Amino acid sequence: MNITGRKPILYGIILIVSLIAPWLMPAYQTQLAFLWVMVLFALTWDIIGGQMGYNSFGNIVFFGLGMYTTAVVQRNMHFSIEEYVHVAGRVEMLTPVQYLEGLFLGMGLGAVIAVAAAAFLGACILAMGMRGQYFGICTLGLGVAAGELANGWEYIGAGSGLVTPVFPDQLGQRGAFFYYIFFVLAIIAFVTLRKLYAGRFGLAINAIRDDEDKAEAMGIYTTRHKIVAWCISAFFLSLTGGAAGHLIGFIDPTEVAFAGSTFGVWMILMAILGGKGTLWGPVIGAVIFHITQEVFWTYLFGWQRVALGALIVAIVVFFPEGILGWVRERWPERFGYRVEKSQAVSSSGGGAL
Amino acid sequence: MDNLQILFAAPIFTLQLLIDGILIGSIFALAAYGMAMVWGVMKIINFAQGEFVILGGFILYSLTRIGLNPFLAIPLVPVVLFVVGWALYQIVIVRIVEKDLFISILATFGIAILLQQLMNQVFGADVQTVDPGLGTWFLFDNAITVLQIKVVSFFVAVVLGALLALFMKKTRLGQAIRATSQDARAARILGVDTNRVYATTFAVNAAICGAAGALVVMTWVIQPFAGLAYTIRSFMIVIIAGLGNVAGVIFAGLGLGAAENFAGFLLGAEFQAAFIFSLLVVILVWRNFELRLQRGYLK
Amino acid sequence: MSEQQLMVEGVTKRFGGVVANDKISLSVPTGSIIGLIGPNGSGKTTLFNSIVGYHPVEAGSIRFEGQELTGLRVQAIARLGLLRTFQQTRIYGKMTCVENMQISVPHSNEGLRTMFSEYPQEVTRKAESLLEFVGLYEKRYLMAGDLSFGQQKLLEFAMALMNEPKMLLLDEPTAGINPTLINGLIERLKRTNTDLGITLFVIEHNMRAIMNLAEYIYCLAHGELLTSGPPEQIQKDQQVIDAYLGAK
Repeated sequence: MNITGRKPILYGIILIVSLIAPWLMPAYQTQLAFLWVMVLFALTWDIIGGQMGYNSFGNIVFFGLGMYTTAVVQRNMHFSIEEYVHVAGRVEMLTPVQYLEGLFLGMGLGAVIAVAAAAFLGACILAMGMRGQYFGICTLGLGVAAGELANGWEYIGAGSGLVTPVFPDQLGQRGAFFYYIFFVLAIIAFVTLRKLYAGRFGLAINAIRDDEDKAEAMGIYTTRHKIVAWCISAFFLSLTGGAAGHLIGFIDPTEVAFAGSTFGVWMILMAILGGKGTLWGPVIGAVIFHITQEVFWTYLFGWQRVALGALIVAIVVFFPEGILGWVRERWPERFGYRVEKSQAVSSSGGGAL
Repeated sequence: MDNLQILFAAPIFTLQLLIDGILIGSIFALAAYGMAMVWGVMKIINFAQGEFVILGGFILYSLTRIGLNPFLAIPLVPVVLFVVGWALYQIVIVRIVEKDLFISILATFGIAILLQQLMNQVFGADVQTVDPGLGTWFLFDNAITVLQIKVVSFFVAVVLGALLALFMKKTRLGQAIRATSQDARAARILGVDTNRVYATTFAVNAAICGAAGALVVMTWVIQPFAGLAYTIRSFMIVIIAGLGNVAGVIFAGLGLGAAENFAGFLLGAEFQAAFIFSLLVVILVWRNFELRLQRGYLK
Repeated sequence: MSEQQLMVEGVTKRFGGVVANDKISLSVPTGSIIGLIGPNGSGKTTLFNSIVGYHPVEAGSIRFEGQELTGLRVQAIARLGLLRTFQQTRIYGKMTCVENMQISVPHSNEGLRTMFSEYPQEVTRKAESLLEFVGLYEKRYLMAGDLSFGQQKLLEFAMALMNEPKMLLLDEPTAGINPTLINGLIERLKRTNTDLGITLFVIEHNMRAIMNLAEYIYCLAHGELLTSGPPEQIQKDQQVIDAYLGAK
């Protein structure tokens, strides 16, 4: 499944535009940073949703885990807990080194915890053979339960949430700083997934999606692949969460960290909108969804969330194949689906779109 | 836990929690029955179930705000919700009925989000309630208080349930619904207008939820974003009871009401929601585990 | 007498009150082609499902090359070299034919290190040559789900060969195939057996095909083993004829 050799040029353009975007539109730096967060949301969901067919409604758990872990590490490294919890209004200043240390160590630990959680959940749920809608609903429960449990846990701020330290001025603009963090993370995730999908792993999880019973009957190590896929998803998603908590500045357990009805559902929507099960689909879907959302927020103030709800229903009901899915049906040859009488000229299975 | 000790020390308190739990559980059972109907007939798990309930509550609230007596207003609520359900079916649900299960969950969840936000815009995010103007019964030397409205709700729920059962058994439409739920293709061949059956089922379910919501807003409170909890409750009850098991739905509903009440007391009110959703996960994981064991080995 | 590669002894399988397989005993010698026939509902597919571990059995033993299969999971049995094809023909619909083949390589030696690697060129070459063997070479880059039913059946067969099985359980391989193409399929099956050395155990309804293909045939009826014997004998067996007519 290749698109033609115009790819490097396309990549180059995207790269250059993305690199200078914060300077082109300085007023929108935070929104631009959030664009890459959305891309990461969609890409990480698509691994187990679109590529593997396990539609998780609770991937937000890993986002929240990463977010809270990073914030807690950041807090505990530099303050005593009592000091921090009773701050209420005081502004906490960290040196740039302290801030970065806390941020990156926190993100690292967050990733470790999230991957461990994915492995544990995978062992309890995936390895035991839960599939289909029950998997979806179970993960939904996990996502909301995590939010409610965080809502009651004093150590992490309970209902009042956590405030992340003020961004040190010496590091520049907060929006631009996090823009580049998310941009780099998104690139790494994209390249990693591209390689994964082009090889054995991609084929294995696609086989699980298309017919898991058949995959088992053919001897594929389905359980192993399912758990690893979820761990990969959790890894990137938790890193995203760790940084996002610092970008947003305030971590609310049910509205920000474990936001099941917003981020948690948007992840799925964006992947579907762009075309789930493809590499570029989630990216395209994320960009369009994010822009649409920003437009709604600006022009439909008050009714923006209602409009978003209507949009969700419209996409799911009228356009479930998504943009790339639609393109694929119209022009299958562009995706490499063709009758080929001669000896193979193009590689097979490489460059999954 | 101190609260646990209280229960042991004063068993009368357990009785209070149990009674309250069972009374509210009857409403859960009613909503669950509606969900089971839609699930059985159209193979759709309606993720907007809770929002229908909340909407019913808000309709009653609005009617009482314009001066109607709550008890006179109650019958109007299912009628309004029936229309809403019918409309939603024709606009959205009809297009996803025979599609894959993921799409139907996502679509109904989308409707839920849409309804939540609409109610939020129109009614505000505050918690609301309707005062039915009834009193309280005091039993056992004032150790147990039972709000009269809760008992009234219980009986209304029971009566509605019985009416539904009669409808399903005795009317032609009810029989058509049951036939369709057993085998849609066969029913179609035998002349049943399955599309009509689907629309009616979905609308009746919405009406049932509306009635439940009317009861909820009088015995408890409602809030635009409290719907998901009701959806999950209905789902859990159906899972525990099994599709088609009416008695099971009743017992599971009452049981869940009681369990939730005890959990709220023992764990604290702020963890009641956590309890519901964690219970969902536990039930699904357990059920999955049981299915695998039945199959003879752990797959 | 060559080794018995597959030994089924006293296997009983119940579904609720229905006894689908009642104390079935049979064996398949290494390198042979054995047939399994019987009217609809006689328990043939159920027996296959029991053998490959799709469900547990109430009683009996199933041994493949000396190893007890009852209690093993489907994937484990497949990795031992015992594969089956499905009556309804199952392939991976959203992947290309070549990809369907690539993912069908034997998986017994895989570990975490190989999980993320790419398939070497030989795998792709073998995939393409097997596709050519079944006549799907030109369609190798089409999505498997877009193929016709008959083509999908051929793909499923090629995928099974790709997995280098020692024994293949085929569930009605000629069902749904255009009658003019059945002879070609039978020839391919025979070549699979003689050239690749794969033992075949075949469920069939097409009497002409199975009599042509198999060297020994088992006949089930009402969940029990009715009789067995070489094709010429089975063809004339009154019990078999009665079973089929009785089923109508």
